[in-house]
Amino acid sequence: MAFTLQVIIDALSLGSFYAVAALGIGLLFGVLKLINFAHGDFITIGAYALIVPSAAAQATLYIGDFHPLMLIPSIIGIVVVIALISEFTVFRPLRNASPATLMIGSFALGFILQNLVIMIYGGRPKAVGLWSDLNLGIQLAEGVQVPQLQLIIIGTTLALMLLLVLFLTRTKYGIYMRAAAEDFRMARMLGIKANRVIMLAVAISGMLAAAVSMLFVTQTGILDFRMGIPLMLFAFIATVIGGMGSLVGAVVGGFAVGAVSILLQTFLPSELRVFRDVFVFAIVIVILLARPQGLLVSRAAKERV
Amino acid sequence: MEPKTPLGHLLRDYWPMLSMCAVLLIIVAVIQIPGDRIVNQSLTEALIRMVVVVGLFLFIGNSGIISFGHIGFMMIGAYATAWQTMDPIQKDIFIPGLPEYLLTHSHHWVVATILGGVLAAIVAFISGLALMRLSGIAASIGTFALFMSFYSLYLQWSTWTAGQSSLVGIPVTTTPWVAFCFAIVAIVAAFLYARSRFGLALRSSREDEVAAKAAGVSVTSQRLIAFTISAFIVGMAGGLYGHFLGLLTVDTFYLPMTFITLAMLVVGGMQSLSGAVVGVVVMSFLIEFLRRWEAGFELAGMTWDLPASSAEVGIGIAMLLILIFRPKGLTKNNEIYWPWKPKSAATNITERQS
Repeated sequence: MAFTLQVIIDALSLGSFYAVAALGIGLLFGVLKLINFAHGDFITIGAYALIVPSAAAQATLYIGDFHPLMLIPSIIGIVVVIALISEFTVFRPLRNASPATLMIGSFALGFILQNLVIMIYGGRPKAVGLWSDLNLGIQLAEGVQVPQLQLIIIGTTLALMLLLVLFLTRTKYGIYMRAAAEDFRMARMLGIKANRVIMLAVAISGMLAAAVSMLFVTQTGILDFRMGIPLMLFAFIATVIGGMGSLVGAVVGGFAVGAVSILLQTFLPSELRVFRDVFVFAIVIVILLARPQGLLVSRAAKERV
Repeated sequence: MEPKTPLGHLLRDYWPMLSMCAVLLIIVAVIQIPGDRIVNQSLTEALIRMVVVVGLFLFIGNSGIISFGHIGFMMIGAYATAWQTMDPIQKDIFIPGLPEYLLTHSHHWVVATILGGVLAAIVAFISGLALMRLSGIAASIGTFALFMSFYSLYLQWSTWTAGQSSLVGIPVTTTPWVAFCFAIVAIVAAFLYARSRFGLALRSSREDEVAAKAAGVSVTSQRLIAFTISAFIVGMAGGLYGHFLGLLTVDTFYLPMTFITLAMLVVGGMQSLSGAVVGVVVMSFLIEFLRRWEAGFELAGMTWDLPASSAEVGIGIAMLLILIFRPKGLTKNNEIYWPWKPKSAATNITERQS
């Protein structure tokens, strides 16, 4: 029982990372038909923004030393600004390009951002202690000891999702955004300001990226210019599995990927455990073949002939 | 000027291929003359990339599906070649998991490179059987997932690949001229493929999948053919790369390599062979220029240098600018056609009348 609970909490907290990152990717896919490879680099930038820009091996916290009430808005602000700059310089000029071109464009953007991080901060990983006392364990039940942070991650994710749902269903702009995701051209014809909706989606996507970066740095305590890539990849897979363009699908996919990873990690024989990611990616290919549109098909995903 | 003789017709029909090979020959010969070691290394690397990009073109250009997975095939080819040509003593130390035959036998590097390509092609064929059923973005994502699973597999499969450390003791045999020969072979293969029945069928599916199917093209099998051939070419390029570096790490074949080769193809023009070749030439010069600048040079008594990884940022920016301002690439997806245009039918008639 204790063991089961432990595995469930592990799966939920890992799945939370993937779900939040997948929401960021899925949101942009919905309105822009953009598969944003640069999302992982938004996460990386959010994490690096905590420290003083220098190539030194030992990171000095700068924004990271602020009071959380200042820290969180600052990091979110920085990532949102980077995301908006990307929108103006890259995504907007490519607005009428094919989804494949947009995908390559975001690939290029991610590559540029990553190398800018190396340019400013150097290529070596850095240790950084953000809220490290959150990693202390707490006793949940008889024999179940989990880091406080895992519960915070799950809680934050649920809160973010709740906020997003409220925004999408209860506010004017949320409804615009859903309309744009459903049928972009129709929405424009009905008088929705396309650029404004897209900017808002990009900004929210940046916020979600910032949330992931803060939680992730607190958990790992390491900064690396490639840290966003695995998160982006798994989140990306989560959106694919869930069904591109469906936000519920992104969340379901995120938790599914987290659960599969943890289950494989727990139950694979130890000599196969290192190949966990191979299995995860193989499962993706199988799902793609069986259901190319994902598990939950959004209506916008169908291509017309 | 319309060619009159059969030879002239042949020359006109194969002009894109012939002119590209000739220009490439001149470029390589000129760069080779000073014999500078570092310049030669950059040249060899550029030519190996040429093989990769032409291989990529063969699939991406003709099918219209962007593949993120080909660098995985390059890795497969590179390791398969290294298994055959490495010093047996080193094999015993680093990769003791190899089968008995490979541990004790070595092949000549040419044979090994070709066999490496064959292994890549076999893997591509098997994975393509499934993946080529997908279209559009789903297919791209599928190739990406395939790439990531190969990458994680090779990273962890340490008894065969030395995992996260590197394989050393691979003989260095790839000279600029060797790489040049393979580049020519790749260009010829891609050109002939594009002219063939198969190339035409696949391009028809790129333009309109539904119409191509209706006209009796088996889209899946045509894609599979192109996927396999291009994996063969890219796999051989991997073998060349191993024999160029003299050592292999799995990390060599990760996203930066995927990005640089894809950027070269996009900059040149994804849907023409000339685009692939022009892209590699232009981007290689750009990269080399930026790398030199990163190292710094003296001018007017001052040292001018760019911060590290400026070259990568430069490549990315070049690619974005092309995507935004010239989405069909530098060549606008045209081939280098026979430069002497035939007179139009109208001028022929007026001439006859006069």
